[in-house]
Amino acid sequence: MGSQGGFGQSKEFLDLVKSIGEARSKAEEDRIVLHEIETLKRRISEPDTPKRKMKEYIIRLVYVEMLGHDASFGYIHAVKMTHDDSLSLKRTGYLAVTLFLNEDHDLIILIVNTIQKDLKSDNYLVVCAALNAVCRLINEETIPAVLPQVVELLGHSKEAVRKKAIMALHRFYQKSPSSVQHLVSNFRKRLCDNDPGVMGATLCPLFDLITIDVNSYKDLVISFVSILKQVAERRLPKSYDYHQMPAPFIQIRLLKIMALLGSGDKQASENMYTVVGDIFRKCDSSSNIGNAILYECICCVSSIYPNPKLIESAADVIARFLKSDSHNLKYMGIDALGRLIKTSPEIAEQHQLAVIDCLEDPDDTLKRKTFELLYKMTKSTNVEVIVDRMIDYMISINDNHYKTEIASRCVELAEQFAPSNHWFIQTMNKVFEHAGDLVNIKVAHNLMRLIAEGFGEDDDNADSQLRSSAVESYLRIIGEPKLPSVFLQVICWVLGEYGTADGKFSASYITGKLCDVAEAYSNDEIVKAYAVTSLMKISAFEIAAGRKVDMLPECQSLIEELSASHSTDLQQRAYELQAVIGLDARAVEIIMPSDASCEDIEVDKNLSFLNGYVQQAIEKGAQPYISENERSGMLNISNFRNQDQHEASSMHSLRFEAYELPKPSMPSRIPPVSLASTTELVPVPEPSYLRETQKVASSPSVSNADPSELRLLLDGVQKKWGRPTYSSSETSTSSSTSQKTVNGVSKVDATGTVNSKAHDNSYNSRKPQVEISPEKQKLAASLFGGSSKTDKRGSTVGHKAGKASSHAVEKPQTTKAPVKSTAVEKIVVQPPPDLLDLGETTVVSSSPPSVDPFKQLEGLIEPTQVTSSVNHGVVGANKSPDLMGLYVETDGSGPSTDDANPLSGLTNSAVKNVHEGTTTQLSKGPNTKHSLEKDALVRQMGVTPTSHNPNLFKDLLG
Amino acid sequence: MIKSVMVMNTQGKPRLSKFYDYQPVEKQQELIRSVFGVLCSRAENVSNFMEADSIFGPDTRLVYKHYATLYFVFVFDSSENELAMLDLIQVFVETLDKCFKNVCELDIVFSYSKLHTILDEIIFGGQVLETSSTEVIKAVEEISKLEAASSAIALVSKSVSSWRSR
Repeated sequence: MGSQGGFGQSKEFLDLVKSIGEARSKAEEDRIVLHEIETLKRRISEPDTPKRKMKEYIIRLVYVEMLGHDASFGYIHAVKMTHDDSLSLKRTGYLAVTLFLNEDHDLIILIVNTIQKDLKSDNYLVVCAALNAVCRLINEETIPAVLPQVVELLGHSKEAVRKKAIMALHRFYQKSPSSVQHLVSNFRKRLCDNDPGVMGATLCPLFDLITIDVNSYKDLVISFVSILKQVAERRLPKSYDYHQMPAPFIQIRLLKIMALLGSGDKQASENMYTVVGDIFRKCDSSSNIGNAILYECICCVSSIYPNPKLIESAADVIARFLKSDSHNLKYMGIDALGRLIKTSPEIAEQHQLAVIDCLEDPDDTLKRKTFELLYKMTKSTNVEVIVDRMIDYMISINDNHYKTEIASRCVELAEQFAPSNHWFIQTMNKVFEHAGDLVNIKVAHNLMRLIAEGFGEDDDNADSQLRSSAVESYLRIIGEPKLPSVFLQVICWVLGEYGTADGKFSASYITGKLCDVAEAYSNDEIVKAYAVTSLMKISAFEIAAGRKVDMLPECQSLIEELSASHSTDLQQRAYELQAVIGLDARAVEIIMPSDASCEDIEVDKNLSFLNGYVQQAIEKGAQPYISENERSGMLNISNFRNQDQHEASSMHSLRFEAYELPKPSMPSRIPPVSLASTTELVPVPEPSYLRETQKVASSPSVSNADPSELRLLLDGVQKKWGRPTYSSSETSTSSSTSQKTVNGVSKVDATGTVNSKAHDNSYNSRKPQVEISPEKQKLAASLFGGSSKTDKRGSTVGHKAGKASSHAVEKPQTTKAPVKSTAVEKIVVQPPPDLLDLGETTVVSSSPPSVDPFKQLEGLIEPTQVTSSVNHGVVGANKSPDLMGLYVETDGSGPSTDDANPLSGLTNSAVKNVHEGTTTQLSKGPNTKHSLEKDALVRQMGVTPTSHNPNLFKDLLG
Repeated sequence: MIKSVMVMNTQGKPRLSKFYDYQPVEKQQELIRSVFGVLCSRAENVSNFMEADSIFGPDTRLVYKHYATLYFVFVFDSSENELAMLDLIQVFVETLDKCFKNVCELDIVFSYSKLHTILDEIIFGGQVLETSSTEVIKAVEEISKLEAASSAIALVSKSVSSWRSR
């Protein structure tokens, strides 16, 4: 480890480092390193290498391996070095083995003994070195060998050793919880250690333990709280301060633990409120570490049983983070916001502009975090904007990993919240088009199933609308070049099932398209298989409908080509197609019933339909079938073949049990195909075989997918789709029942509507002062503000106009414009909580103090009632101006309080220029003297750093 | 838990790499390369955090800091706090600075084993051990003092014994 000033290494090593540093290419570097390896190999195995030289060789080996070259020839020497008596060599040996070896390496067995000895050493540094090695090199099998010594060290006199022993135990716990289960109590005991450092170290294992089993540690809540209190009150020695913060890492750990313990536990949480509130108040928000603690406080507050005061403080801190100039703090702010909106969703709206700024920030990390936030706050009202944004971003990035993630999120949101069939299909098309090869195949299956099953409602009309809009959009897309395979499968399947269903497109048109696909993607067998099966379905439907089928020439040639295909699957499909065409209408209808892809196929496991055939055969003198049980043990020559089969099946090599239902969990990459091929293996008489296969093939495995797997949330869809039953039920009560219930329920809804409007307007009014682009405002409105309004609108539409929901969501944006302009002059801005889109809170806090809130609200409500009943037959869009006018009237009389919240959102950009110094850099100028000294030293040693890397001397902290 | 600590220069040359879960040599190189690939594509004034699940598997983030010619990178999971990790990098670098008196890349290259000693005093088995650079320096100095003493003894005893055996 050499002296402080010099480098403690030989000139050789310095030369090596230098020449590697100056290598102009990877090849040159490799050559140098390989040469070095040769030298080391030779030198290291020389018998009388002095120990100090040996130490350097080992370090050079570590260096070589860090550069990515194999140094395994030297491992054994590193192991030998751990046996050395000299501390310096021993430490070097341990360092090398921890870097070289993994815990399952063969050489470990040679080290365990040394470690055991060293753990008992008098020299605490030796013990520390051994503990360090223990963390890396001991695996489940070797834990018992060192466990007693490590446990003994928990009582060592040096706190550094106790600390490391605890961490080693923690490591054991991570590697094999069962081996240290009986020692878990030691962690609790060490929590009361005299040394705060040791106490802090126990928090790490306790955190892990509590994560797994919260309930057994509830008794520690009081202790944790009192420790945190003491730490926060600076009761610890000064040496634990970091940047004027008392033991910040301990505070962070404690807050994390408290978040776990207080989650969903009111009683435990109540103990924590005071101390967390204190930290919020005291914490220094100008330093990085102070903000780290504040962030942890927010996490804690959002996890424990909610406390309004703490949530308020948390929201304040989030506001500060988001307004900060530092991207790091913005990132933390967005993350914290994502946590806090779980308990208080209205907070997001206060920060809408900041969130949108983050969304448009060039920083990718921040952008992704913001998308995560948007994902969390998606509702049926803003789903379109959010998913559109996500898709745009998805298209713009190249990172496949994230592309996959965001694609699956888009799909998930679209499935849950889609406002209309049309939009849903369009969205899925976009996702498939741009990330088709990345999304899970199950997504495609879900889509097919959704189209086939509809939304599980008894509205056949809507279903067929969905289907025909899907067919239309697919026919438009199908001609585009290079579509992803998964998408093509969906297209082919849907065209096959529903291409001709609504009669808009002729069979020959669809057939032609399908043939084109099969031709254009001739390398993709799965797509071809889908196309052929779809062709068969279309012809079958035509035949069943009594129309004459004339084969297109390209279709004919495709069938011919495929009948000679190398793929047996394609061949089979082609032959099946030919066979189906030859049958009469009645038979075809049974084989290929129209729109029956969701019907369950009953598999007759006993093959009872063959009874007649069997009977006939027996009468003709065939041997009767002997069941497997009877057969076993019998060695009959005549049954030889059966016996053989039986043996084979008992050896699990091949299964001959026919008609086993396909297992849904089977990772069927190409479900229809693989299903077909499993049936192929089954020896079944000809006629039923054909039928079985086709049916199975025509309904992809989705129909019997495991419910727990990724799938459409059909229950959710039913409610959220198109007509939000949540609010529509409210509206219906309000319009049909008496005034009293109205006060209770729909008042809330109406005020929410009005308030969000007010908020939109207040926004616009400030446009001249602070320049915010109209797009941004629009985005903000559609993401946050418009929520409750559209909700209402959607509901009324759903209530009255049935399926007009897709228009309803677009209308607010169009009708908003005139309303805004009228409202600009006389903006009466409501107090901040008005932004809440949850009505309850509004009722309490929105009312100006002088006016009786309920009267005012009643005033608001009654006319709404009237309009809604008047407009009963009219489209809901007419309603919004009415409501608006109403709002202006009623509120014009109210006192015009200043609005704090939109302001706070807007000042965001203004405050931006205020620099918040967050990182406390060392303000030390570059010291040229030291650099010169170093330079001189290196030169003295004969190493001349050339101009290639002058930066080597640059002060890192300068 | 901290998964890995890496130091690399702005050309992507690794200067220090430590993985708290074993990674084979080739994998280490691949990880360093992909981390560097991501880092050098990032603009100047963006955040120091990154989701790293595409490189290190699910639930991993990385925090990096750029000092003169070096990137310091810490990779960790969700049980750590990003801002705190950023400060830990600062602790590490401050400690290096105090140990080497105005640390520069050259010190890091040449004092390879000392670097490991320092790091081992800050992070132990993937957990934060010590955050005060004064404490770390104290520990490191004690180690080098004892090492010097022990190796001196070893040298003497060895030379004596070899002299005797002649």
